[in-house]
Amino acid sequence: MDITKDPIDPDRLRDELIDDRAGAYVGFEGWIRNHNEGQDVLRLEYEVYEPLALSEGDKVISEAKKKFPLLHAECVHRSGLLEIGECAVWVGVTSAHRDEAFAACRFIIDQVKVRLPIWKKEHYVDGHSGWVNCERCAEHGQLHPEAVSS
Amino acid sequence: MSKSITVRYFAGFREHAGTGQETVSVDASTAGDVFAALKHRHGSTEPLGHCKVAINDEMAEWDSAVNDGDTVLLFPPVAGG
Repeated sequence: MDITKDPIDPDRLRDELIDDRAGAYVGFEGWIRNHNEGQDVLRLEYEVYEPLALSEGDKVISEAKKKFPLLHAECVHRSGLLEIGECAVWVGVTSAHRDEAFAACRFIIDQVKVRLPIWKKEHYVDGHSGWVNCERCAEHGQLHPEAVSS
Repeated sequence: MSKSITVRYFAGFREHAGTGQETVSVDASTAGDVFAALKHRHGSTEPLGHCKVAINDEMAEWDSAVNDGDTVLLFPPVAGG
C-alpha cells in the first residue's frame, strides 16, 4: 500500500508487476469525474490519515493474498488536491489465471473504499464544497457480499 | 471516573470542532462513550456504525475500552477511491 501526493502513473506501476509466471494482470484506476449526485464537480481534495491508511491497506492486500492465489497485489492512493480526470486510486494484481485476478482486484478496491481512513471533499463549480459521505460505498459492499466476505 | 483523553478529529469532524486535536477530561469507559460525550465538538449526525475509531493508532471498536492518557481518533464516514 502506498499513499502519494504525486500523480499516479499506472503504466509504470503495471510494469513493476511483470512476472513470467503471470497469465493475468487486472488493473483498476479510479478517476476524478466531473459530477456527483447531480452537482458539477470542479476538483476534489483527499484527506488521508497516513499511518492507518497504510497499515489498513497492507492488511487488505494481505487478506487478498490469503483469499486468492495471487502473484502480486499492490494499491496506491492519492492525497491532496486532484483535478478532473486524474487517477485517484490504482489497484494492480497478477495471477496465473484471470478469474482470481478479477476477483482480487475487486476485493481490494471495495475494501479500500470502506476501510481506509480517507475522506474526500468535493469542490463544486458553483463555488461551494462538501465532504462526501460514502455511506453508499458500504451499501455497495453489501450488494456484493462475495466481494467483501472474509 | 474521569479520564484524560487526547482526541483527534478528522475531515468534517475537525472542521466542526475547529481543531484537529484536544485533550479533554471525560467520564468514559469505551470509545463509544468518548464519541457520545464529545458530540457537541465533532457534530456528527451519523449513526455510530457509519463512523470509525482508532485508539493509540490502532483501529478499534466502539466498545473498546479507553484508559487514562489514551489518544482516541474519531473518523467520520470514510470515502476513499
